Amino acid sequence: MSEQQDSPELYDPGTTTRERRFDHAEPPIGWDGQTLQEMLDESERLMEETGRYRGLDELKLKNRDRFTYERLYSRLRGALVSARETALHVSASPIVREIGELCFQIYTPEGDSIAVSTGIIVHVHTGSLAIKYMIEEDYEHDRGIQPGDVFCNNDNDLGNVHTTDVHTFVPIFYEGELVAWADGVTHEIDIGGMTPGHDQVASTNRHEDGLYATCEKIGEDDKLYQDWRDRGQRGTRTPMYWDLDEKCRLAGCHMIREAVHEMIDDVGVNRFKQFVYEAVEEGRRTMESRVQERLFPGTYRDASFFPIAWKDKAWQPGSKKDMMNHLPVEVTVDGDGGLELDMEGASPPGPHAFNCAEGSMEGGMWVALTQCLLHDGKVNDGSYFAVDTNYPEGSVTNPQDPELSYHTPWATIMPTYQAVWKSLSRGFFSRGFREEVVTGYSETTDAVQGGGKLLPELAEAIPDAVGDYYPVGPFELSCQGLGASAVRDGLDHGYAMWNPESDLGDVEEWEQTQWGLIQLARTVKPNTAGHGKYRGGSGWEGVYTVQGSEDVSLYNLCIPDVTFTTSGMSGGYPGATKYSVRAHDTDFAERTANGEPYPVGDDRPDEGTFEEHIEADELIRDHSGMFYPEEFENDDLLHYKMGGGPGFGDPLSRSVDQLKEDVEGDIFTPDIVESVYGVVGDYDTEAREFTVDEEATEARREEMIEERKEQSQSFEEFFDEERERVEERDWNEGVQWMYEGVFELSEDWAEEFRGFWNLDAAFTP
Amino acid sequence: MTDLEKHRVRQLIDGELSWDELRNEVLPDPKDPDRFAKTREVLQERVDWEDPILVPLNDHLYVVGTDGGRVIRAECGEDLCDADENWKRSCRIRVREDEDELEEVYPEYMHVAPDWAFELREWFCPGCYELVDVDAVPVGYPVVRPFEPDVDTFYEEWQGRPAPDRAEEAAD
Repeated sequence: MSEQQDSPELYDPGTTTRERRFDHAEPPIGWDGQTLQEMLDESERLMEETGRYRGLDELKLKNRDRFTYERLYSRLRGALVSARETALHVSASPIVREIGELCFQIYTPEGDSIAVSTGIIVHVHTGSLAIKYMIEEDYEHDRGIQPGDVFCNNDNDLGNVHTTDVHTFVPIFYEGELVAWADGVTHEIDIGGMTPGHDQVASTNRHEDGLYATCEKIGEDDKLYQDWRDRGQRGTRTPMYWDLDEKCRLAGCHMIREAVHEMIDDVGVNRFKQFVYEAVEEGRRTMESRVQERLFPGTYRDASFFPIAWKDKAWQPGSKKDMMNHLPVEVTVDGDGGLELDMEGASPPGPHAFNCAEGSMEGGMWVALTQCLLHDGKVNDGSYFAVDTNYPEGSVTNPQDPELSYHTPWATIMPTYQAVWKSLSRGFFSRGFREEVVTGYSETTDAVQGGGKLLPELAEAIPDAVGDYYPVGPFELSCQGLGASAVRDGLDHGYAMWNPESDLGDVEEWEQTQWGLIQLARTVKPNTAGHGKYRGGSGWEGVYTVQGSEDVSLYNLCIPDVTFTTSGMSGGYPGATKYSVRAHDTDFAERTANGEPYPVGDDRPDEGTFEEHIEADELIRDHSGMFYPEEFENDDLLHYKMGGGPGFGDPLSRSVDQLKEDVEGDIFTPDIVESVYGVVGDYDTEAREFTVDEEATEARREEMIEERKEQSQSFEEFFDEERERVEERDWNEGVQWMYEGVFELSEDWAEEFRGFWNLDAAFTP
Repeated sequence: MTDLEKHRVRQLIDGELSWDELRNEVLPDPKDPDRFAKTREVLQERVDWEDPILVPLNDHLYVVGTDGGRVIRAECGEDLCDADENWKRSCRIRVREDEDELEEVYPEYMHVAPDWAFELREWFCPGCYELVDVDAVPVGYPVVRPFEPDVDTFYEEWQGRPAPDRAEEAAD
């Protein structure tokens, strides 16, 4: 262990941060006398020339000493998982400690991911971009990269997903050479910014996003700089969570560093170097072979949409408009097993929080691929090298503009990868792997966010040094409905696309953080699941009230909101959209004092179930679930809901027995079962028993086929009518914004549009 | 490695396998390399025509080789179009956009907001009126062809043999 001169006795209880003295490493710090820039250049040249990582045509270590090779990978992965599982206990934020919203990665000196821990694996590639930025900006000679240094990045444009994901990087040296980088990332519950919350909706540019660190050196000799720590303490609303999350990341990175040192001590540095390159190349090869094993060569097309209904809601004048993001996807599988994703035609960025950097899109790709194509492979940047992507420069998927807000790019990532997953699923289906088909998912939204202050008498009673401010950011959003497969229904209320280990956490745990927000109810929400022969997984709903607080401000991010983002497959329908109900100035206190019922859900929004048990001076029932931060007083109520996944196949093919279970399980209500599935019956709500009238059902299903004949039109009739609407621009402001923006950004897409509708070459929306 | 016998493939296609069976026998990697062949056999046995299925596209549609060239054919026997055309142009279509149309499928508040120009396009098989796809798109959105399979590359380069319709041609 060459870099450490002094023993851990220098541990400083005053800062709880270890301080050590390290040998200075004289540049060049790369392998075999190279600079990091030279290593990166050579790596890119070899990839370009050979199509293989580092030009490796043979995995020599793997082939000659497979046991050592696999043991090294297991040790490395084990070190990352161990760092995550241990370090999360340093954190106090329930997002990190309870939900596990953190991840550790290890990179080659030139910034290519070798392995990743469990957790928010969306970051497998984001740290890579930040490291490469530091290399290309010559930190090696200018800012300095030294043993014991600590760097931080959350600048989305340079390698991150969204502003509240904060990375800590630690360079790992061995005998004066940089052998690897450790990277830990946690999802902060607050990052400053114009409003509370971890996925802000009100930000419209960088200056409203909050605290940014741009590949910044934040410490040396294993100790964080005082000015950096002060900045975090003064720059966020939740300084304690910020501080402990940072220590969590740093502790994890140091654990990884120690594990790497031990590995090198055991096998030698040359073998370690050979191993890491081979591991990345193996990841690339695994990806290519998996494509040939599972998919069908050809071209797949789909598109997702994300509406932003800000016309009557945004605060900023420039954002007061309805917008819609167009997220088209073309996936090509070529004869060599190459996979290409092209998003030509994506919308331009906008004055909203949903802009998405290229690295974030790539992160989304990894989350999707590791769940549908690479469950068991070596998940690293090898698979990144095996996929060609085009996120068009200047689009919402790759704006290349640091001035924009990137607070909530998930609103771009999640709809996009529905289209990608559906495309890959068409390949699985064609190959006979029907069990691998997934029609999509409900996007992880509609968990309330914001913050408030406890009334002084309550704040004093709480035995914690948290102060009177409490953040609101529950992770109930991580339990959505998954889409159906081609052989069974989707998973009910248990899926988050960005973390395969999704977990909503315990109510009690969250109530110890967001003290003034009390959960009144959670229940399955009927009619959220997408219809189909196999239905999507169901969503659920809940009700919050505010108690013992002041200065409370809450808001909602909501997807799908005023339109669907995606559809089902093979005749399946999308899951239902979301909406919002909130009640201000209510009689909730009297009701609870008198033992009278209060709202526990909104199972029949058409009948206003929620309002049946509450009187409110102001009751908002809005088709759009998204709203900017809004003040809440004590005894105000907020209803929220989690969505259902899309369905697969013609609903008329769904078995009557399954529909009986659906009704009795509150998945669908009897009226919907009759109008969509043609199943007629009586539901005894007390006994929870649905008795199907088989004869009436058979007749109704036959009648529905007849209705399809009568109510449908030929393609030519549809084409003529729709074309006329196109010529008249017969759509709303949001759709106009979409077509206009796409036409300006992509001549290719505009030409395709004109060609499809036989429009004049001069046509513009 | 998973290795499904033909009767299990049949059960898989029919959605008859339980979650435990799927998890233990079907989902694990690596997959059975002959799944495509077995699936194709099962599907071919079920249809009323002899022309070879080349690619299953979805629950109801196939790319099929015929004497007159490759076509998109429905399970019910209806030929929709040539294989290189967008089969949606041959479908019957019902568009849901108004509130009353959407509320046959979703409760109030749980579908497209009234002032948004957004459609559910339901695509029906012209032969039997099975619902073969649903698109959720804004008004005016072009009708996208979801999948253009590269049939010969698959058979010749990935399976190492000519496509069944080409094999018949070769035998002739």
